[in-house]
Amino acid sequence: MSIAHIIKSFTLWEFVKAHALTLKYFFKPKATINYPYEKNPLSPRFRGEHALRRYPNGEERCIACKLCEAVCPAQAITIEAEPRDDGSRRTTRYDIDMTKCIFCGFCQEACPVDAIVEGPNFEYSTETREELIYDKGKLLANGDRWERSLAANLAADAPYR
Amino acid sequence: MIQTIAFYLFATIVIASAALTILARNPVHSVLWLILAFFNAAGLMVLVGAEFIAMLLVIVYVGAVAVLFLFVVMMLDVDFAALRAGFARYLPIGVLLVLVLAAEMIFAVSAWSAGAIALSATVAPIPAEVPNIVAIGTLIYTRYLFIFEGAGLVLLVAMIGAIVLTHRTRSGVRPQKVSDQVKRRPQDAVRKTDPLVGQGVEL
Amino acid sequence: MTDFFAGYLGYNGGWFIATIIGILLIALPLMLAVAMIIYADRKIWAAMALRRGPNVVGPFGLLQSFADGLKVFLKETIIPSSANRGLFLIAPIITFTVALLAWAVIPFGPEMVLANVNVGLLYILAISSLGVYGIILSGWASNSKYPFYSAIRAAAQMVSYEVSIGFVLVTVVLWAGTFNLGDIIQMQRGHIFGFINGFAFNPLLFPMAVVFLISSMAETGRAPFDLTEAESELVAGYQTEYSSMSFALFWLGEYGNVLLMCALNATLFWGGWLPPVDWAPLYIVPGIFWLFAKILFFFFVFSWVKATVPRYRYDQLMRLGWKIFLPLSLFWVFLVSGYLMLTRYGA
Repeated sequence: MSIAHIIKSFTLWEFVKAHALTLKYFFKPKATINYPYEKNPLSPRFRGEHALRRYPNGEERCIACKLCEAVCPAQAITIEAEPRDDGSRRTTRYDIDMTKCIFCGFCQEACPVDAIVEGPNFEYSTETREELIYDKGKLLANGDRWERSLAANLAADAPYR
Repeated sequence: MIQTIAFYLFATIVIASAALTILARNPVHSVLWLILAFFNAAGLMVLVGAEFIAMLLVIVYVGAVAVLFLFVVMMLDVDFAALRAGFARYLPIGVLLVLVLAAEMIFAVSAWSAGAIALSATVAPIPAEVPNIVAIGTLIYTRYLFIFEGAGLVLLVAMIGAIVLTHRTRSGVRPQKVSDQVKRRPQDAVRKTDPLVGQGVEL
Repeated sequence: MTDFFAGYLGYNGGWFIATIIGILLIALPLMLAVAMIIYADRKIWAAMALRRGPNVVGPFGLLQSFADGLKVFLKETIIPSSANRGLFLIAPIITFTVALLAWAVIPFGPEMVLANVNVGLLYILAISSLGVYGIILSGWASNSKYPFYSAIRAAAQMVSYEVSIGFVLVTVVLWAGTFNLGDIIQMQRGHIFGFINGFAFNPLLFPMAVVFLISSMAETGRAPFDLTEAESELVAGYQTEYSSMSFALFWLGEYGNVLLMCALNATLFWGGWLPPVDWAPLYIVPGIFWLFAKILFFFFVFSWVKATVPRYRYDQLMRLGWKIFLPLSLFWVFLVSGYLMLTRYGA
């Protein structure tokens, strides 16, 4: 036990040093962003809320191949389909249970026509669980609402596929 | 007027809570009633002008002793049926104790009403101007110094005795030695080596 | 103030009204201060962790505590079915009341004290030793294992640290020669070289000021001694089963106690309402501002420590209390009384 050690332990030197450090950080600029007013940039590959897209002429892309339903590991997707009056195969029901979804992105990978996609929106919290069971109308509305950024994200990611 | 009201208030609560201390079924409730009794006894002390004693009563009994009581009683696993079973057996002794206490009280009160011995006034007259902390201090450290020190020694012996009786040194345990840990320096524990391939490090 | 009201209502009535007003003048600003201090605590703690802290409710988030209070007030009071109903509800009331009681003897300035009692320091010691009952009772009455563990920890912790606090107070009392808090402050006037106010600047008493600061953190159960509510082990400790206002009362009581301990640190060692230096122009500022400045400084220190030091393990806490602080403060009582016998009272 050296003299220096005795002096250090009786002056609580390590505590003093630690407090000097935290005081230094007290005056440093904050590392966190001011969230609802400032947001971090998102990758084009960000997997957020789901949307069903349409072709530019307004025709819905989904052809009810049910690949997404099959690949979904959480079994969150439910699809029912029958031929439409004009003979094309379309869904009559396309539900995603957002409380089950794990946002793995397999559905958009599986989709042959880029119909189901995961968009950049992550602020869709609700007050009830029922609101989180999305039907086809909700998903198509999402697609219409986010189409510009969805298309931009797909275009940005296209060179790497 | 206000003193009378305060006195009867404190006195009634002391007696009521003392009664409830022995009547309460739940031992934890008993301790809590006891604490209430201590409090109101402290209130009575303040009324007679002994605020130092009152504060000591609260600090020592309520703040420390009753906490330890509560501490122990809380952990009791009380079987109420077993508690009530012994009632008839202990009744004669209980009644005897009550009779003795009551006789003593009556005796003391009647002796006092026959004329006080006035011992306290001659041995330790209450000084008028001095606050009672100073009064008690001068008495304890002058006139009753040896008795006071003796009482302190008895308590010290009791404390050391309790430690000696309960302390045991167990072998095979490795308690944390904080001073050793603090004393340790990187150069005592860390060695830098630069071994060749396939040679390994001697630990 | 008593004289003013006594002119209208007679002495008894005037005294009664003046005392009630005095109590309200302490208790209501204290509640406001507690709300703001909770906000300050969160802000300081956040800043040291490079976060922003509450900043949405009101300007700079200043109204955050009131929003929280309103939220808690509107919640349902849940009483566990197997809890001991009466004690379960009394426990937070005890914690809260006790936190307010001790303020009666704190002097806010010359003559600005609600109850100028001779045994002020003992009164504070007595009241602060009651704080543990709220926690023990809540732990026992909840009839749940985590609150119960917490209650046991709280009882052992507070009793242990009260011992060393007691000895530290003895050194102060020895030096000041009185138990009256107002007189203790007066004794600190020009304590060092005739112009520095405060016992803490005395090299013989400074170590005790540090011990008292650390012990007061342990006494109020603040980090790094917050083992009673160590969330990684005991969920929320004794508050686990509480909700709504009974939970809020624990919060108010806890922060009220913290403020009280800050005030005690300021009063006993750092000159209370005296300015730091005994220099006439400084006395133009009312004493209450000096006291508030000191309380706020110590609160900053409390938050600072909370942001810096990790939580102690329980055996380390007990070791610090019994094996370090107790012998140290006991030795210091011996040292201080010896020094005073040699110098002040003659050999």
